Amino acid sequence: MTAPSTTELGTAAREAVTSACEDVRDARAEDRVDGVEPSLVARPTSTEQVSEVLRAAAAHGLRVVPRGRSTKLSWGMPPSAVDVVLDVSALDSVVDHAAGDLIAVTQAGARLADVQETLSAGGQQLAVDEMVPGGSVGGAIAANTSGPRRFVAGTLRDLMIGITVVRADGVVAKAGGRVVKNVAGYDIGKLMIGSLGTLAVVTEAVFRLHPLPQARRWVTAPVDGPEQAHQLSQAVVHAQAVPAAVEVDCPAGGPGTVSVLLEGKPDGVAGRAATVRELLGGRSGPGESEEAPAGWASYPWSPGTTGLKLTCVLSGVGDVLAVAREVGADVRGSAGSGVLYAAVADADRVGTAVQRLRKICQRHQGSAVVVDAPAHVKRSVDVWGPVPALELMRSVKHRFDPDSRLSPGRFVGSI
Amino acid sequence: MDTLDRRPTDDLQAARPDGSAQEALAAVERRAREVIGDEGVISDHMRLRTYECDGLAHYRVRPGLVVIPDDAQQLAEVVRVCAEHDLPFVARGAGTGLSGGALPHADGVLVVTSRMRSIREMRPQDQRAVVDPGVINLDVTRAATPHGYYYAPDPSSQQICSIGGNVAENSGGAHCLKYGFTTNHVLGAQFVTPQGELVELGSAAPDAPGYDLLGAVVGSEGTLGIVTAATVRLVRLPEEVRTVLVGFETTDQAGAATSAIIAAGIVPAAIEMMDALAIEAAEAAVHCNYPAGAGAVLVIELDGAAVEVSQEYDEVERLCRENGSFEQRLATDPADRALIWKGRKSAFAAVGRISPDYIVQDGVIPRTALPQVLKAIADLSGTSGVRVANVFHAGDGNLHPLVLFDDATEGAGEAAEKVSGAILDLCIEHGGSITGEHGVGIDKAKYMPRMYDDDDLDTMQLVRCAFDPDNISNPGKVFPTPRLCGEVPGRHKGAHPLQEAGLAEVF
Repeated sequence: MTAPSTTELGTAAREAVTSACEDVRDARAEDRVDGVEPSLVARPTSTEQVSEVLRAAAAHGLRVVPRGRSTKLSWGMPPSAVDVVLDVSALDSVVDHAAGDLIAVTQAGARLADVQETLSAGGQQLAVDEMVPGGSVGGAIAANTSGPRRFVAGTLRDLMIGITVVRADGVVAKAGGRVVKNVAGYDIGKLMIGSLGTLAVVTEAVFRLHPLPQARRWVTAPVDGPEQAHQLSQAVVHAQAVPAAVEVDCPAGGPGTVSVLLEGKPDGVAGRAATVRELLGGRSGPGESEEAPAGWASYPWSPGTTGLKLTCVLSGVGDVLAVAREVGADVRGSAGSGVLYAAVADADRVGTAVQRLRKICQRHQGSAVVVDAPAHVKRSVDVWGPVPALELMRSVKHRFDPDSRLSPGRFVGSI
Repeated sequence: MDTLDRRPTDDLQAARPDGSAQEALAAVERRAREVIGDEGVISDHMRLRTYECDGLAHYRVRPGLVVIPDDAQQLAEVVRVCAEHDLPFVARGAGTGLSGGALPHADGVLVVTSRMRSIREMRPQDQRAVVDPGVINLDVTRAATPHGYYYAPDPSSQQICSIGGNVAENSGGAHCLKYGFTTNHVLGAQFVTPQGELVELGSAAPDAPGYDLLGAVVGSEGTLGIVTAATVRLVRLPEEVRTVLVGFETTDQAGAATSAIIAAGIVPAAIEMMDALAIEAAEAAVHCNYPAGAGAVLVIELDGAAVEVSQEYDEVERLCRENGSFEQRLATDPADRALIWKGRKSAFAAVGRISPDYIVQDGVIPRTALPQVLKAIADLSGTSGVRVANVFHAGDGNLHPLVLFDDATEGAGEAAEKVSGAILDLCIEHGGSITGEHGVGIDKAKYMPRMYDDDDLDTMQLVRCAFDPDNISNPGKVFPTPRLCGEVPGRHKGAHPLQEAGLAEVF
C-alpha cells in the first residue's frame, strides 16, 4: 500500500463548499485524518448546513470525513483520501431533556461529558461510559465505544431510540423517534453505530436515559492470573447480585484484579456488595470502595501503541486472557460481557499477537479487531479480520454512498 | 383474488400482466417437492386457505403456494428458486402477528417455519441459546429455567408465538420496560438473503465487526430476508420477584402513580395499566378477581436482588397510596402472581366477552402525555359512541386501546376503524409512534407517511434495496409505496411492470 497523497481541490469545488457553510477554512497539519491531509475543514452549525456541505461535496465528487472532537480519528484504517473534513463540533447542544419521559435529544458534536453534566441536573444519565476523554456523542456512535456498564445497560445500540442523519447526497433523514418503544420502520440508527462515518453523517440522536444511582460501590479482588480472573468474574456473572459491571484488569507482567460495580439504593448496594465480596473470596481478599479502581472505564493502551478489542463468549474469557498474557499484552475489560481490550506496546510483536489472539477469540465465537494503532502498524496487519456477510455490507454501503466518498477505506473490507 | 377484506389489499399485489406467475409457481413447487418432499409442500386450494391470514384475520389472501421446510438449507433453496423466477415470498412463523405482516401474496410462496423448531444449543455458561425460528417463545424460557436462566422478551402471545416471528416484529412484552425488546436479546442469526444465500449476521460474542446488519434485520418484518436460526441472550433469573396489583378510582391516579415511581428512580420490570372496561372484560373471561369498582388497576412487578426489591416495594407501596390507590394486593406465591398476570395477558381475547368484534390498536406516546391522551380517547369515544377499553404498558407509554364494535350493525365497523385511526393520530400528535410492538405490516403501511417524511422513507428503502433489490421478500408490507431500486451493478432487467404502469417510481 502506498502513502496517501494530498489532493488539490479545484476552484469550483472550493467555492461550492465555502458557500455551503460560513465556517470553512484551509486544512492545517492538525486536521490530518490518521496521517491523510484534507484540503478544507467545514464547520457547519446546523443539520441544514451539514446537508449543504454534503450537497456541495456530492456535486464535485469530494471525499468527506466527518469529525466530532478528533479523539478517535486514528481508529480503523486511514481513509484512502480526504478532501473535506466535516467538523460537527459546533453542533454541540443538548436539544431536549424530557426527564419525565427518560429521554434526551442531543446534537452529535456535543461532548459526552457535557451531555452527562446537563442530564445529571435532572438526576439522570446516558448509561454509557466515557472511554475516551473529551469525545463527542457522534464519535461514540461512529466508533461504538462502550465501557464497564455495558453489562447492565447495554451499548449505544441499546440506548439510542432515534437518529437524524445526512446522507452522502445531502438528503436529511430521520429514523426512530422520541419514544423508547417503537417498531415503525427500519432501525437506521443501528446501522450507523460503529460505522466509522462511512454511511452517513449523524447530526442528532435521541437516547433513552437511566436514573442516576443513589449509591455506587466497587468490590475489587486481587487475582494471580487469567484462570482465577475467569473463575471469579464468572462466579459473579452467574450469581444473582445484579452488578452494574464485572471487570478484569490483567497487566502482562503481574497479578491482576477483578472489580465489580454495584449501583442502586444505599441499602441494596450494601447488601449486594456483601454477596459479591463472598463470591470473590470472603473477607480476606476483596476490598470495597466508593471510588473507582485505577484504570476503570479506560482502555489499557496509550497513544502510539496498538490497541485491540477482543470478544468471546463468556466461557472463553479465561482462554483469551491466557493467550493475551502469553503474547505480552496488557488486558482490561468487561469479563462479564465477553469484551476485553488489549494493549501491545511493542510494534514488532503486533503481528503475532493479532494472529494468536484472533485464533483464540474465533474459537470462542468472537473476534479480534485492531482498534487503534500507528498507521504503519495498521498497514502491516489485517486490522479487521474475517467479517461474515461482507457482501451485504458492501451492498448497504453502495446504496448509501454509491461513489464511496464518505470516509473511504476506513471500515471493514476497505469500505 | 381471494380477499374478504373491507380494505383493498389487491392493489398492493398486482398480478404479473403476462400470467407468468403460474409458470414460476409451478417451477418453485417442483423444486420444493424435490428438496423438501411432498409433505412439506401445499398447493391444494382448500388447504391453502388455512394460511390465508395471520393473527389479523380481516386481511385475507390465499397464497399461491405454501412450503414448510425442515431446515435452513431447504428454506434457502426455496428462496433461491423464488429469486430465480422473480417470485415473491412471505415468511410466516406461528401466524400470531397482529399487523398482517405474514399476509400471503396471491402470486407468491408462503414459507412457513413451523417445522423448524428445535432448540439447537442451550448454553447457560455463555448466557446464550441457539434456536430455530419456529421455536415457541415460552419454550426457550422453559428450557433455560432449570439452569437458572430465562429469555426476557415476553409478548402476551408467548405461549404460541415463534422466535422467528418475534425477530421479524422486534416483539416486546410487559417486561421490556426494564429488559428491552427482541432486538436487545438477539445477538446473532443465520439468515437467508432474498437471493437464497445463507449468511451469518452478528455472533454469539458481542459487537461483531462490520455494520450491524442484524440490527436492521430485527424488526424489518420479513422484508429483508428470513432468519433461520437465532442466537439469543439468556438472562439470569432474579433472586426475588414481587408482583402487586393496585386498584385506583381513575386512570389519572394510576398514571400519576406510574410517573411518581419512575421519578423516584425505580425501574420496575413491568408497569401495566387496565381501565374499567378492560377490567370488566378480564373479569368476565378469566375471573382474575381484580379490585371491585376500580376505575383503573396497575400491575407492577419488581425483580432483582432480594434486598433491593424489598426496599423498592416499600417505596412503590407508598407512592401508590399517596396517589390515591384504594387497594393493594401483593402476590405472595407463584399462583397469586400467575392469576394477576392472567387478567392482564388475556385482556385482548377477554374483550370478546363484552363485544362481538373489536380492533386491537397499538400506539405509543411519551409516558408523560398519558393523562391528556387518555382524556382525548375518552372524548373520541364519547362523541362517536364507540366504546374503547384501554390496556397498556404504562411504564413506556405503549397503548393498546381495544376498540369495540358489532359488525352486525351497519356502519359500526367503519365507525370503529375511524376511532382506531384517530387514536394513532393522537399518538403521532404527541410525538409518539404508530406501533410499539405489533408492527406496521400491511395494516399500518398507510400511516407511515404521517410519522416519516419522504426522505426518511426513501432512506429506509435504501436498506431494503441493499438486501432485496427485486422487492420479492414480503413485498407490500411496511412501506406505503413500492419503490424500485434502480440499477444493480452487473445485473440488467427490463422495466418493472409497476414502473410501466406508472404505479411506482424508480428509486
